[in-house]
Amino acid sequence: MMHEANRRIAPLILAAFGLAVVPFVTSDYVLHIAIQILLWGFVYTAWSLMGKFGLVSLGHGAFLGIGAYVSPLLWNYAGLTPWLGIPIGVLMAVLLALIIGYPCFRLRVIGHYFALVTLALSQVALLTIVAARDITGGSLGMTPRAVGHSWYALQFPEKPYFYAIALVVWVFGIGVWHFVDLGTGRAALDAIAEDEGAAAAIGINVMREKLRVTVASAALTAFGGALLSQYFMYVNPDTLSGIGVSLQIVFAAIAGGMYSAFGPTAGGLFTIALPEILRISMGTNFVGAANTIYGALLVIFIIFMPRGIIGLVERRLAAAPARI
Amino acid sequence: MDIFLLEAIINGILLGGVLALLALGLNLIFGVIDVVWICYAELVMCGMYMIFWLHGFFGWPILIASFAAILGVAGLGVLLHLLVISPILGSAPINQLLATGGMLFFLQSLATLLFGTDFRNIGLRLPIIEFGDIFISYSRLLAFGAALIGAVALYLFLSRTYLGIAMRAIAQDREVMGLMGVDQRRIYLITSAVGGALAGLAACLLVLQYDVHPFIGLSFGPITFMICVLGGLGNMIGGFVAAFVMSQIIAIGGYYFSIEISYVLAFVFFIVLMFIRPQGLLAR
Amino acid sequence: MLSLRSVSAGYGSFRALFDVSLEVAPGEAIGVVGPNGAGKSTLMRVISGMLRSFSGELAFEGRSLTHLPAYRIVEAGIAHVPEHRRLFSKLTVEENLRIGAFLPQARRNYAERSEWVYALFPRLLERRRQLAGTLSGGEQQMVAIGRALMSKPKMLLMDEPSAGLAPLVVEQVFNLVRRIREEGFTVLIVEQNLQQVLEVVDRAYLLEVGRIRLSGSAAELKTNPMIQQAYMGL
Repeated sequence: MMHEANRRIAPLILAAFGLAVVPFVTSDYVLHIAIQILLWGFVYTAWSLMGKFGLVSLGHGAFLGIGAYVSPLLWNYAGLTPWLGIPIGVLMAVLLALIIGYPCFRLRVIGHYFALVTLALSQVALLTIVAARDITGGSLGMTPRAVGHSWYALQFPEKPYFYAIALVVWVFGIGVWHFVDLGTGRAALDAIAEDEGAAAAIGINVMREKLRVTVASAALTAFGGALLSQYFMYVNPDTLSGIGVSLQIVFAAIAGGMYSAFGPTAGGLFTIALPEILRISMGTNFVGAANTIYGALLVIFIIFMPRGIIGLVERRLAAAPARI
Repeated sequence: MDIFLLEAIINGILLGGVLALLALGLNLIFGVIDVVWICYAELVMCGMYMIFWLHGFFGWPILIASFAAILGVAGLGVLLHLLVISPILGSAPINQLLATGGMLFFLQSLATLLFGTDFRNIGLRLPIIEFGDIFISYSRLLAFGAALIGAVALYLFLSRTYLGIAMRAIAQDREVMGLMGVDQRRIYLITSAVGGALAGLAACLLVLQYDVHPFIGLSFGPITFMICVLGGLGNMIGGFVAAFVMSQIIAIGGYYFSIEISYVLAFVFFIVLMFIRPQGLLAR
Repeated sequence: MLSLRSVSAGYGSFRALFDVSLEVAPGEAIGVVGPNGAGKSTLMRVISGMLRSFSGELAFEGRSLTHLPAYRIVEAGIAHVPEHRRLFSKLTVEENLRIGAFLPQARRNYAERSEWVYALFPRLLERRRQLAGTLSGGEQQMVAIGRALMSKPKMLLMDEPSAGLAPLVVEQVFNLVRRIREEGFTVLIVEQNLQQVLEVVDRAYLLEVGRIRLSGSAAELKTNPMIQQAYMGL
């Protein structure tokens, strides 16, 4: 037994060590890419909390946008530290998730209706940010007031600091993923199968399970958005909210595989590294190339995974009794 | 009544015509094939580029360029069906939604790759009509008129022809259609072509009012879905009515607040309506 | 005219028909009778191509039907009045008939065919602008039969035409079947209502748990002691 555990833990320790030494051995450029992969991987992991329970949200751009905008706005206009601003943004995202999630689950708005309601949500967030251009800068975006290296303002021009933060946050995200996976397990899977009778029969409050993953997912997504804006020191409605981002999140989570803990991060690796590689190898003339490839790949993934998301859930359901 | 408000309402009605046309195409596809083409507005974008290149660049007469675009987008609709939809006809609706979402991404970025992010104008400006103190753009009036004609033509097609009746019947009972001698695959292809042609027609009308760029689909795609869902997916009359309701919210909201706020109001209205009348939305 | 040779069929891994063989000669009216769940509807679905058979041979007028899709089988001349009628309830009676005449050769003769169907069922002429879903059960059955006749079939498959109808209406439906016969159609009819169906058919097959147990002329079956005991409550 011990031996078995050691064998599983050893690679993890090695990987953690590897990730921890990255800043000491590489350039700022590699760190820059690594930070983005970790932060986006975190966001994709947050999305997959819902996605793997059959709740396909196209509204995560809204949560990401709230997280990304609230803290810089509070910092710029009220001088409030991100240490308070970020939790406020996360709370607002959670509130929004409840306002949308509760009636959706209560009234059983599911499948593509759920996707369309959340799509409307991401549009509302995008347009609200654009409409409030007097304070948000509209489509031009905004910059948090820069103060140089500061823990109080959570601003670090030196990349290794942010790398460390991104790494910790990412590990936290993976931890939450595992916690939700273990905590809800079979019960939630029954809920996804929309067999509320069966789920209720084994004492599951389907509503509460769905709300729980939704709140967790929205909170983490907003947190990820806040860190992205702190890192880039710039927010823009098109890159951090709206349908384009929502679709990108969905794509990465699905392409990477949302049923394993590291799947969404793999999606992140892919969506961040691919455009970089294309940019370096083909130059900026090919700005659309990466997204063209994502789009085509997303279609191909779905066609050649014929039973798709639901199918994988079913397979897990089918496998579950064997474990008991 | 305030003359500017009246002007806003009239413009809202005119906008409603184009939205209704878009909603009709999407509803037709959903009603017959039972899939949502999330990338519908991107097909319109393709049509707009076709007209831009044929008319604005190669100098074809606008009518011929428009006609070619309608045929071209109809062809794209058929391709979309053959390559993307038909392999996943049996899978979960959400997968179909995501696959067409992938197409949205694909078409948008392909346009960026090919044409860049420049805003392009076909360089055709139609006059503004003046009724008393009210100004109405001729291109909007034309778009409204053409949208209505398109809707009537579709109505006649669906109620008078064998194909049209079969399209309405197929949504009610797919399996039994075979017993009537109807090859479903053929109906699906024709429907995709008609749906594409309607997107092409919308492209002809929109290109008169707006510049083309790769992301133009995002400015009217989402609203079109909301309209279709509000009217009841697949319900053409419902979609038609919903188009005018939404366009009035946008027009009047735009008059009192700003254009973005007016869209926010429209989307919030959609979300709230989904909650208070879910049974009306789920019933087809 | 129609022949089935050891046809087996079912749904997924579930087998509903085992080695069914059956012959229908031109102009005949054949009944397939048996209890609920015997596989009668499955048999009809296999013949009309709604369901693919697992094995065996189906032929119509010497032509194999085994691998044809449903829409080709209609073209060959077999029309199927499905179980529960399956009308397009949100279309009008007239539109239902038009769908029935979807095939090119039927479209050409639409005027003549519809006149003929309306003459057969004058009630439908009165109701032709009404939505099919608003008609009574008996009228709906008329539409279902009329719709099938629009393609000018050589043979008509009828799946439980009397199911779910009031006794008085059942009587009417069997009168309809008799009229269809008199018009010269070959008819294959599936029924649970043994007593009634044996009055209108020439021969019948008894199907039990997916296998043919008995076959013979209607008169023979009516006097068969086993049938009398098990199905007629005599």
